[in-house]
Amino acid sequence: MNALAILGVMVMTAGAVFLAFAGLGLYRMPDTYTRIQAGTKATTLGTILTLVGAALIMPDWGVKLLLIALFLMFTNPLSSQVLARAAHRAGVPATKESKADALAEDREELA
Amino acid sequence: MSDTFAPVKIFSVTLLFWILLNGALEVDVLLVGAVVAGAITFLLAGSLSFLSGYRLTWESARATLGYLGYFLRELLKANLSLARVVMDPALPVEPAIVKVRTRLKNPVARLLLANSITLTPGTLTVEMKGEWLYVHWVFAKTTDPNVATAEIVADFEKFLEKMYD
Repeated sequence: MNALAILGVMVMTAGAVFLAFAGLGLYRMPDTYTRIQAGTKATTLGTILTLVGAALIMPDWGVKLLLIALFLMFTNPLSSQVLARAAHRAGVPATKESKADALAEDREELA
Repeated sequence: MSDTFAPVKIFSVTLLFWILLNGALEVDVLLVGAVVAGAITFLLAGSLSFLSGYRLTWESARATLGYLGYFLRELLKANLSLARVVMDPALPVEPAIVKVRTRLKNPVARLLLANSITLTPGTLTVEMKGEWLYVHWVFAKTTDPNVATAEIVADFEKFLEKMYD
């Protein structure tokens, strides 16, 4: 194995660690919204690191992997936002520890 | 949009996308790409205006690089702070949905802003309406819209304002 491939494996492992944190976050967070947060951030970085690792191991795939990473950076947060919005519109309650909900206060004028 | 360069921008973006998909800079690939990108630009320029809002200036290019650097740094910070929170037995979260304001008008700039907020530490865009964004914040330090705007939106807005009309 050459140095680049070893670096690639290390980056991929880091990505997997972040994905594991996402899983733990999904399990531990108190409500839908905080779970979506845990899921979005860690899966985005975790998957990007996995793709970077793959690009280091197989440099020929670099351009296509970059394209996948770009798609991911656009679509991943977008889908999370739509999920959160749908949850809020459906009246999914937030955890009792929540301090404020400006969206619930303005819901009528938004409709 | 009265931008005379709009068709050039749409053509360039679609052609670049084609080249990236092919991953090859050969004459036949470029020729087919140029014909298809030209046809798309000619037929669909009106409905693809979201591809042409990007400013073609040095200032905008510098802002784009600054934005990317800042964004990647924030994404890393977001993950580290999330890792800290989920590993902490006490699970220190203080969530709230706060209102923040944006000056951005361009739809792509607004999309990038909402996405960037979602990927930065502790914040998730839930709803967008006019100049208001509703942001779910895991570590809500404040519920005051002005303070929250300075904290969440201001840094990204500074870059995006220079990138889009």
